[in-house]
Amino acid sequence: MTTFCVLYPDLLGTYGDGGNGLAVAQRARRRGLDAELVSMGLDDEVPDAALYLLGGGEDGPQRLAADLLRESSFVSRVRDGAHVVAVCAGLQILGSTFCVEGDDEYEGLGLVDVVTSRGERRSVGELATRVDGQLLVGFENHGGRTTLQSGVEALGTVVQGRGNDGRFDGYRTKNIWATYAHGPVLAMNPWFADVILSTVYGVELEPLTSVADALYQERCRVLSA
Amino acid sequence: MGKSSSVRDQVASAAVRTVNRLSRMTGKGSGTVVGGRVGIKIAPDLVSSLARGRTVILVSGTNGKTTTTSMTVAGWGGPVTTNETGANMPAGHVAALAESKEDHVALEVDEAWLAHTLASTRPSVVVLLNLSRDQLDRANEVRHLAERWRKALEAYQDDDLVVVANANDPLVVYAGEVRANTVWCDVPTSWLADALSCPKCTLAISHVGSAWHCSCGFAKPLQVTTTLGDELVVDGTSVTLDLSMPGEFNRSNAAMALTALHSVNVNLEVAVRRVNAIQSVVGRFSVRRWRGHVLRLLLAKNPSGFAAMMATLPDDGSDVWVAINARVADGHDPSWLYDVPFEMLRGHRVYCFGDRRLDLATRLDYAEVDFVVVDNDELVPTSKETISLLANYTAFSDWLARSEP
Repeated sequence: MTTFCVLYPDLLGTYGDGGNGLAVAQRARRRGLDAELVSMGLDDEVPDAALYLLGGGEDGPQRLAADLLRESSFVSRVRDGAHVVAVCAGLQILGSTFCVEGDDEYEGLGLVDVVTSRGERRSVGELATRVDGQLLVGFENHGGRTTLQSGVEALGTVVQGRGNDGRFDGYRTKNIWATYAHGPVLAMNPWFADVILSTVYGVELEPLTSVADALYQERCRVLSA
Repeated sequence: MGKSSSVRDQVASAAVRTVNRLSRMTGKGSGTVVGGRVGIKIAPDLVSSLARGRTVILVSGTNGKTTTTSMTVAGWGGPVTTNETGANMPAGHVAALAESKEDHVALEVDEAWLAHTLASTRPSVVVLLNLSRDQLDRANEVRHLAERWRKALEAYQDDDLVVVANANDPLVVYAGEVRANTVWCDVPTSWLADALSCPKCTLAISHVGSAWHCSCGFAKPLQVTTTLGDELVVDGTSVTLDLSMPGEFNRSNAAMALTALHSVNVNLEVAVRRVNAIQSVVGRFSVRRWRGHVLRLLLAKNPSGFAAMMATLPDDGSDVWVAINARVADGHDPSWLYDVPFEMLRGHRVYCFGDRRLDLATRLDYAEVDFVVVDNDELVPTSKETISLLANYTAFSDWLARSEP
């Protein structure tokens, strides 16, 4: 059984981010793959999972989530190769430092060498980035400006919206994908959900058609109009 | 108008009425906000001057503002000045107060404008219903709103103000607890997903039955004035709430409206009969006809609203229509669809309407709910049964406009 775990939906789930876990679990099941979707509450131990999902959240909850995760087995599990999809506040938490509650700098989990400072203004609106030649579409709503230190690869280049800094959005490593696009991004971008699934299962996936394809095409059309 | 109103205020007030009349005549709008904006331009303190000397009840919260305000108006009896088109920011308040000069005023207030409206209208009562996620691209942080409410109530210098507040919503309690004379209402509140972490210390709040508390000491108020079970009890007086409108949330709204009226000395027994008789509120819950279909129109704008509305649906596998837009008034970000427990609709077939019907259909698909994307209205099969149509804000307006009584 392959487990997908949504981390602290009570703290990090402001933008329908629970939909990301649902989307990957359903897309796996529809291909006949074993998939179990669990969520981790505030008092729970980090369960064993192949993929962890982190969503967006408000300042206080973001700080608490970072504190709890720092003390947990999450960091060593990810260093040992567990996969992570992180959105918005989740993206910031995995980095070296981030700012919450004004300009107070806060320590992240240090899994990726990125630094998030307070942006000049909030970034709110449609976000489209080009990832390996494909459009990734979603909605962003955050106050951060994220800088990738040398050697860290961006997830994509911004076509519309702000992302990290107006040029790049998110980052990726061999087992982590991070983006400012919520939406939820994996529900809206079935191709991206499948890139993640294929990596997690280590197999080529059969194509899967669903209404999400029509939604994705429509959003791409609207964004390029 | 109050005694001390200046010439400038009178000019501004007349301008509001004139502009609104013109707006309605030219068909450019329902004519509330535009006139109000003109009035505020001429006299920035117009709301204060128009509200002076009148008994004002304010109603705010994420869900139920319009309905609760309407219940307050009905329960009060007689003529009441109100912003019944839902224009719930200062321009709408100015328009309502300039157009109608009754002594009794009931206004719904956008959550983000509560501090401002408290200061300008000097109300007798403010009703705080609930706070939950809504319109994520605009008011993105619900906890931040609770903080602003708390600060506004802390700063407000009038000990006579009665705060009628929901004791079951931790975010509302966080705001209301700063006042000495808050009247707590123990009313059923189903949506707590936005208050799982304590507004004071961010640790987890434990809910046991209808009680809740955090380890930091923050807890449900012990002294409640209003309780709602089979009977409604307000300040020791028991009455029967037998609403014509569906939904447990409407019972909670009514309980809070009646508590507000009780605190301005309206007779509870009389008021409850008036509230029980309300059939619909600005089209909400009304039964309409459209191309041979019979539809019951239900407004649901956010996850908690949807959860409450879906709980009223018959459990008979009937078709359900849902219409979703993401225009300015709805918020441009439909991510909240993933916070709606659409799994509740398994067993129904859902017809997807509105600008964002594909977002809805994708959500339903992942929720394993049977759906049909309606690209052509003419292809929807007709049925003799009354169909429930759930729609968010602008979609609801569209359906109200295109259907007939």
